[in-house]
Amino acid sequence: MAAISLEHVGKRFTGGIAAVTDVSLQIAHGELLVLVGPSGSGKSTVLRLIAGLDAPTSGRIVIEGEDVTEIPPQQRDLAMVFQSYALYPHKTVRENLAFGLQMRRIDAARIEERVREVASTLGIETLLDRRPAALSGGQRQRVALGRAMVRSPRAFLLDEPLSNLDPVLRIEMRTELTLLHRRLGATMVYVTHDQEEAMTLGSRIAVMRDGALEQVAAPMELYDRPVNTFVASFIGSPAMNIWPGAMIASDWEKLLVGIRPHDIELTSAGAGDAAGRVEILEPLGPTTLVHVALDAVPPSRARVVVQANSRLAIGDRIGLSLRRDHLHFFDETTGRRVRFDEARPRTDDLRRDRQSK
Amino acid sequence: MSWRLLRPWAIAMLVGVTLFPLYWAAVASFTPESQLFGQSALVPTRLVFDHYRAVFNERSLGTAVLNSLVVAGVTTLLCVPIGALCAYALARVPFRGRTLVLTSVLAISMFPQISIVSPLYLLLRELRLIDTYTGLVLPYLTFAMPLTIWLLVGFFRQLPREIEEAALMDGAGQLRTLWAIVLPLSWPGLGTTAILTFLYCWNEFLFALCFTLGPERYTVPVAIALFRGQYQVPWGQILAGALIATLPVALLVFVAQRRIVAGLTSGAIKG
Amino acid sequence: MRRGEARRGWLMALPALAVIALIALGPVLWAVWESLYLHDLRMPWLGRRLIGLRNYVEALSNPRFWEAIGHTVAFAAVSVTLEIVLGLALAVAVDSMTRGRGVVRTAMLLPWAVPTVVVGLVWRFMFETPTGLIWFADPLAAWVPIVLADVWKTTPFVAVLLLAGLQNIERSLYEAAQMDGATAWRQFTGITLPLLKPALLVALVFRTVDAFRVFDVIYVMTGGGPGTATEPIAMYTFSVLLENLRFGYGSALSVMIFGVTFLLALVAIRLMGRGALVEPAP
Repeated sequence: MAAISLEHVGKRFTGGIAAVTDVSLQIAHGELLVLVGPSGSGKSTVLRLIAGLDAPTSGRIVIEGEDVTEIPPQQRDLAMVFQSYALYPHKTVRENLAFGLQMRRIDAARIEERVREVASTLGIETLLDRRPAALSGGQRQRVALGRAMVRSPRAFLLDEPLSNLDPVLRIEMRTELTLLHRRLGATMVYVTHDQEEAMTLGSRIAVMRDGALEQVAAPMELYDRPVNTFVASFIGSPAMNIWPGAMIASDWEKLLVGIRPHDIELTSAGAGDAAGRVEILEPLGPTTLVHVALDAVPPSRARVVVQANSRLAIGDRIGLSLRRDHLHFFDETTGRRVRFDEARPRTDDLRRDRQSK
Repeated sequence: MSWRLLRPWAIAMLVGVTLFPLYWAAVASFTPESQLFGQSALVPTRLVFDHYRAVFNERSLGTAVLNSLVVAGVTTLLCVPIGALCAYALARVPFRGRTLVLTSVLAISMFPQISIVSPLYLLLRELRLIDTYTGLVLPYLTFAMPLTIWLLVGFFRQLPREIEEAALMDGAGQLRTLWAIVLPLSWPGLGTTAILTFLYCWNEFLFALCFTLGPERYTVPVAIALFRGQYQVPWGQILAGALIATLPVALLVFVAQRRIVAGLTSGAIKG
Repeated sequence: MRRGEARRGWLMALPALAVIALIALGPVLWAVWESLYLHDLRMPWLGRRLIGLRNYVEALSNPRFWEAIGHTVAFAAVSVTLEIVLGLALAVAVDSMTRGRGVVRTAMLLPWAVPTVVVGLVWRFMFETPTGLIWFADPLAAWVPIVLADVWKTTPFVAVLLLAGLQNIERSLYEAAQMDGATAWRQFTGITLPLLKPALLVALVFRTVDAFRVFDVIYVMTGGGPGTATEPIAMYTFSVLLENLRFGYGSALSVMIFGVTFLLALVAIRLMGRGALVEPAP
C-alpha cells in the first residue's frame, strides 16, 4: 500500500485554466519524492492538492488506503513546510512548535517534552523563547521544519523550502535535509524548480510540465534515459545538446540526437563527427564550458565541457567527437525517446557520409 | 527647478488654509460676544470662557456629549465583533454567493439615509423607541455595519494567507484559526475599524435629528445645530459647542492618522 | 468548495447580514409599500388609504421637487469636480514631499473628521461677518459658502485617497521616463493619470453618491433658504416627512431618491470592476 496515491488527479481553476492534468502517482512509505519543473508546471498545485488546501476537480487522493479527497486539511495528519515558512508571528518559537500538538489535546508536559526533543534535533533550543521576527532566514526555516516534525505526521510536504535562502546556506540545508530524512525515515513530498536540488535530494523525481507528469524515475534513470526532449534538457547541467539528426548523419533524418556536454570530446578540425569554431569560453573552475558555433545549416551551437587546462582560444577551429554509448535519440515530431536499434543509425563512417555530400 | 523651492511654501500655505477656519472658530469661541464681528476678530486681545460655561450650564451640552458617547460607543461595540465574523467569512471562506453578498453590502452603504428615515420613524414609533438610546443605535447600525464589514474584509484580505493555511495543516478548524491566529494579528485592523465606526457615529446628524425629541437625548451635532438665541444667533456658544464636538474626533485623528489612512485605503487602490 | 465550508461561511456571516436585512433592507421595502398610501400624520382621521402611484405623480408634477433635483445635481457636479481636481493637485504635491508627511496628513484628515454640522456652522460664521447678509440672502450667492464648506471638508480626504494610489506607483517608472527625457507634465499624463484611474474612479463614485445625499451642511448653513433656493432633494424629503408629516408622499420621494442612488451605485460598481470590491466609504 502506498503512503500517498494520486489517481488521475486534475485541477481546473475558475476561468478554465487547467493547472494539473491527469496526474497519477504512487509515493511509497519513507520515500522522498521530488516534484520538479519550471514555474507554472503545476508542481505546487499538486502539493496543495495532497495537503487539502485546494480540492481537485477530478480524480482521487488516497493516503494510506484512505480516500481523503473530501477530507479537509485539518484532518489529514500531514505537515507542510511553506516557502515563506508561515510562522505565527505573534507566538514564540516554542508556541509555534507546540500549536499543532495543542490541537490534539495532548497534555502540556508531553508537549513540552516533544518540543524540546525536536528543538534539539534541529539545533534551535536556544531560540525557543524568541519571536519569528527576531530570527534569521535559516533559523526560521528550521523552526518551520520543527513545526512539521513535532506532530510526527503521516507525511511531510515541502514547498520550495530552500528557495529563500542564499546559495551557500541552501547547499548546507540540503545536506541537513538529506540526513534528516534518513534519520526520520519519513515520507516526504518535496517541490522545487531547481533540478540540481531535485537530483541530490530525491530517491525518485517526478518531472512536470504544463500540469502533466513527464517522467517519474530515480535520478540516474532520468539522467541516462530521459523519456523525451523536455526531460533531457531539463535534467543535467549544463543542458544536453539536442540537434537535428541530419546534421550528423543523413540516416538520422527523422530524429533528434542528444548528447551531454560531458560526453563530447574535442579533436582537431578535420577529425570527429562535426566541426565548428570556438565562440565563448566559460571557466567554471575545474572545468570549462565551451560554446562552439557549428558548421551546420541551420546554424547550431554545441555546449562542451572540457578540462580547464585545455588550451583553447576563441576563434579556434575544432572537431567534435561524440561518444557513441552516450547518444540519445528522440523522434523529431513527438520528442519522445526512440531506442537505439530502432533508429538504426550507421554510427561509423559518419565522416565519410558527410564528406560525400 | 523653481518648483522644488516653492513646494514647501505651497504646502505650508495649503495646510494653513486648511486649518484656518478651525483656527478662527477656536479663537472666536474664546472671544466675548460683542467682539466677535469686530476688528480684532482674528487676533484676540482678551480670551474668555463665558461661552463654554454657558454651553454646559445653560444648554446642557454635557448631556449631549454623554448621549453621543453612549450611542457611538454602543454601536461600535456591537458592530465590530459581529462585523468581524461576517468579514472573515466573506474574506476567507469560499462559499457560493459570497460576491453577491459583498456587492450588496457595498450597495447598502450607499443608501441615501433620508430614504429610510420614513420607515424607520414609523417602526421606532411603533416600538416606542423614539427619543431613546436604542432608538438611535438601531438606525446607526444601518451604516455602521456595512462600514465595519467592508473595512475588515479589506484588512483580512491583506493578511498573508499562508499563515492561516499553516494553522489548518496544524489541525485547527476555521473558527479556531480565526480565534487563535487571525484575531491576535488583527488588532491594528480592529482598532482602526472601531475608530472609524465611532467617528462616523459621533458625526452623524440626520438620524439623530429625526429620532430624538428634546435636549435630553440630543447628540452633540444636533444640540449645537439647534442652539437658538433670544434675539440673535449665539455664535460664541455655537462655536464653543462646535469645538467641543470636534475635540474627540480631532484627538482620534492625531492618535491614529496613519492607521486611519491605512484602514481607509487597505485592500486596494492598487494600480 | 466543500459542503461543510459553505455552511460555515453562511453561519458566520449570518448575524451581520440579519441585522442589515432587518434594519436596512426591511425599511426600504417598507418605504416602497408605504409610498402607495396616503398617510398624513397631521390628519390621522383620514386613516391610511391606498392611492397607488398618486404620490409619485404629485412629486413629478411638483415644481419644488424638480427644483430640488436641479439643486442637487448642480451642487454635485460643481463640488465633485472641484474636489477631484483640487484633491489630485494636493495629492501630487504631498506625494513629492520627503519629510513632514505625517504632519500634513494629520492636517488633511482634520477637515474630514470634523462633524459636517460643525463645518457648516463654522463656514456660516465666517461668511456672516459684516458681509453676511449679502451672501445668505441671495438665492445664487448662498451656494458659494455651501460649496466652499463641502469642498473644504472633503477635498483633503480625496487627496488622502489619491495619495495612497500615488504611492502605489513604482518610482522606477518615473525614473525610466526621466531617462527617456519626459517632462514632468508628460510623466503626469503618461504614467500618473493612467495608473491612478482606479483610485480616481473610486473617489469620483463615492463623492458623487455622497453629494446626492447632501443634507447636514445645507441644513445648518441656510436651512434650504432663502425660501427654498438652496434646498436639495434630501431636505425637501425631510421637510415633507418631519415638518408636514406626510409619510405616504415622503416615502414616494424616498423611494425615488433611493432608486436613483441605487442605479448610480450599480453603475459605479460595474465601472470599478469586481476587483475593487474592497473599497471603503468615505
